[in-house]
Amino acid sequence: MSATDDNTGGSPGARLLEVEDLHVEFRTRESTASVLNGVSYHVDAGETLAVLGESGSGKSVTAQAVMGILDTPPGFVTKGSIRYRGEELLTATEERRRGLRGENMAMIFQDALSALNPVYSVGFQIAEQFRFRRGMSRRDAMTKAAEMLDLVKIPNAKQRVKEFPHQFSGGMRQRAMIAMSLALDPDLLIADEPTTALDVTVQAQIMDLLDELRRERGMGLILITHDLGVVAEVADRIAVMYAGRVVEESDAESLYARPAHPYTEGLMASIPRLDQKGEQLASIKGLPPNLAAIPAGCPFHPRCHRAQQECREKLPELHELGAGRRSACHFAEELISSD
Amino acid sequence: MGRYILRRLLQLIPVFIGTTFIIYSLVWAIPGNPFAGLCGPRGCPPSFVEQMTEQYNLDKPLPVQYVLYLGQLFQGNFGETFNGIEVSTLIQNAYPVTIKLATIALVFEAVIGIAAGILTALRGKGFVDNLVLAATLFLIAVPVFVSGFVIQVVLGVQLDWINPSVGSDPTIGELLIPGFVLGSLSMAYIARLTRTAMFENKRADYIRTATAKGLTPRRVVSVHMLRNSLIPVITFIGTDFGALMGGAIVTEGVFNIHGIGGLVYQAINKQEGVTVTGVVTLLVLVYLLMNLLVDILYAALDPRIRYD
Amino acid sequence: MTESTETRSVGERTTSPEAPAADERENRQSTKQVGLWGDAWRDLRRRPLFVISGVIILLLLAIAAFPGLFAPGDPQAQDLSLAREGPSAQAWFGYDVLGRDIYTRVIHGARASIVVGVLSTLVAVLIGSFVGLLAGYFGGKTDSFLARFAEIFLGLPFVLGAIVILSVFNAGIEGSPGTVRVMTQVILTIGVLAWPISMRIMRSAAIAAKQQDYVNAAKALGASHSRIIFKHVLPNCLAPVMVYATIALGQFIGLEATLSYLGLGLTSPVVSWGMMISDSQQYIISTPHMLLFPAGFLVITVLAFVMLGDAVRDALDPKQK
Repeated sequence: MSATDDNTGGSPGARLLEVEDLHVEFRTRESTASVLNGVSYHVDAGETLAVLGESGSGKSVTAQAVMGILDTPPGFVTKGSIRYRGEELLTATEERRRGLRGENMAMIFQDALSALNPVYSVGFQIAEQFRFRRGMSRRDAMTKAAEMLDLVKIPNAKQRVKEFPHQFSGGMRQRAMIAMSLALDPDLLIADEPTTALDVTVQAQIMDLLDELRRERGMGLILITHDLGVVAEVADRIAVMYAGRVVEESDAESLYARPAHPYTEGLMASIPRLDQKGEQLASIKGLPPNLAAIPAGCPFHPRCHRAQQECREKLPELHELGAGRRSACHFAEELISSD
Repeated sequence: MGRYILRRLLQLIPVFIGTTFIIYSLVWAIPGNPFAGLCGPRGCPPSFVEQMTEQYNLDKPLPVQYVLYLGQLFQGNFGETFNGIEVSTLIQNAYPVTIKLATIALVFEAVIGIAAGILTALRGKGFVDNLVLAATLFLIAVPVFVSGFVIQVVLGVQLDWINPSVGSDPTIGELLIPGFVLGSLSMAYIARLTRTAMFENKRADYIRTATAKGLTPRRVVSVHMLRNSLIPVITFIGTDFGALMGGAIVTEGVFNIHGIGGLVYQAINKQEGVTVTGVVTLLVLVYLLMNLLVDILYAALDPRIRYD
Repeated sequence: MTESTETRSVGERTTSPEAPAADERENRQSTKQVGLWGDAWRDLRRRPLFVISGVIILLLLAIAAFPGLFAPGDPQAQDLSLAREGPSAQAWFGYDVLGRDIYTRVIHGARASIVVGVLSTLVAVLIGSFVGLLAGYFGGKTDSFLARFAEIFLGLPFVLGAIVILSVFNAGIEGSPGTVRVMTQVILTIGVLAWPISMRIMRSAAIAAKQQDYVNAAKALGASHSRIIFKHVLPNCLAPVMVYATIALGQFIGLEATLSYLGLGLTSPVVSWGMMISDSQQYIISTPHMLLFPAGFLVITVLAFVMLGDAVRDALDPKQK
């Protein structure tokens, strides 16, 4: 695994982003849903943090809050802190936050077909940033856009730069999306399910590309996914989210070796493995909780096979387990020591 | 592209023939005797009936009559009225007025409609949105003959701001208010169409991407949101131009404008079949060609449309 | 279907606010049609637009059905000594040039407008939906043929087409045409000119519906065309056509008034709003109430149906929420 890295850019190990106790509510006419209930994680320069969880766990919302592109309404940040290189973002002006987007932090989205504007050429959409953020001429910007497509290994970049998103294949489209996000050379890249919409073989290529680009540029990478299998190769650290909280945080190796939360256990059991051929895949029973009415105690207890009386009454804090590991399970210590 | 246009042109032919044949048969065939009531209470002189019968091949079966008529029409011969006036002269006099009127209506509806639609979408749900929605509901609900009539009386007769009866050869200024009345219904539709499209696109993923790129809100709206939202609006405006020409009949009647609408309405009342079929054929042609233009424009505006 | 979907939709809305609602709708449509309409109904009852328009329409229907209850007088009763008198306690809306009570006439005029509106909508929507369903479901040559056929009628300018058709049919009658005949003519004219619009709506809905997996499944199981069309495709196409029908109803009432105003629609002794407005033209300066009340009723009626259509569309379309 790529736990250690040869960083080239920036200052390796510098704290890029810190999210602390972030609370977000979605308010609709009918109800208020607590989508984030105290999310905390951090990313350092040059490292890959994988954020893992089912849909609705709040992974994407956290990312949108970091980028400052949360739809408001319905989403409202009610509490917490987001710091980029020590600078508090939640109190920063909108102008400052806009200045950071693209330039310092960028984001790529799951479905590149809908995330790219259908009526403009791919080149136009990449060149836009050079033209309006760097003041380049239309022509120079297009040349730079072609260079960016080349960087993400799109063959025949000079011709393809004039084509429209629907003329690209899924994998090429996602590459173009990556090229667009990297245009202004950000040092933090958030990839929201970048491979979910793609074929398995293409998935691996995109993952490799992201990993390579991160290493070359010394970027911090936040990789949001629901698929534990996808991140195994590339993640340095993993944060597992459930019902708007981080329930386990760990370096990748330890987490794979021994999960410290029953939910992580469940996620791992649902990955098909070569050495368990023929056995039935486990799945986590039940559904994620209704965020407008999260159960008391540990929000995972209705689905947890280890649930005790304590779990129904007391919300477990995310606590240190040593060696940079944290878990929000009352029985985390037992989980990592027993067998 | 060329093949696409050709194919659409070929598709127009059966539609054109169908529409004009319906009008032709309605005007010439259904009432039985086409001369009934045409020449006043005493009936038409036999010599006239004979001449007309020969000129318009009225003794032949209807489809033959129709084909011969179309043939004449394409040579530019629209025929003559009972009084011996060339129909083509009548059309030449009336058409420029209607085109002026329809253009004014189109400018009003496009400018005000799109502006109102954009405004509501940018302000979000709230007072402005409700105000515009209420205004569009009102415009849709008030028939043109009522609104035109009221405006004519209030502005023309009571306040004396405009000339209530426009007459022949009107200036642009005189046509402003009638044009506004004519365009009012479509104005409401355009405002709603723009609003809906903007609201839908506002939440589109590519708008989020544009924001995430750090573009200014102004650029996000004016380049990314607007271009996509205006595609359906522009196609509506295109088709509406064809519809406005034929739809001006009531407005022209209220304001006494001597345009195509007035011409055809009088011709119907006087039972001048030649004029009616000539004018309607022309209107149908304009409508169909505008539709074709819209199709081509649509394909040009949206790169996802393929010409196959 | 209740608790679990709710949970999901709130949760998933966090990633994309639109997708889950659409998913949800699809789910419901495939499993239970009742769900969509039931939801829409629950949603509708809370919309002020729906409640207001619903009350107005119910009142109008009552007036159209039993005008005598609201205005016991005779709409044709004349008293020339009262001619042009303004609104008063005895005559709320005043009198017209012939000394007829405008309130009584407006109330009795509702029936003609509503009947023409409802029936012409029915004609247009039934023809249009049927043709559109066939065109959308079968596609290919059937579709091109039916689409061209519809375009023939779309090519006729609406008001102009109606004027030509009605004047031709009116000319064929000796003397004054009967009420039933004129009404039928107006209804059929509007229906014939308007059906292609509902055809287009139904066609695109049918194309979308036939691509659904459950339709393919039904086909694979060997269900007949008619069974698939009426059991699987049609129920999923009703919503957009219903919305159009409601709005069209309002517009057709306005159109009927326009035709009566032009002297091509209903004529005396039937009372209709369009005729009353037409009658008021020469006297507008001296007797504005002759225009005001029939025009007001006409506008409110059209408004009520358009508002109802708006409310129904918003309730059925999850994107609008």
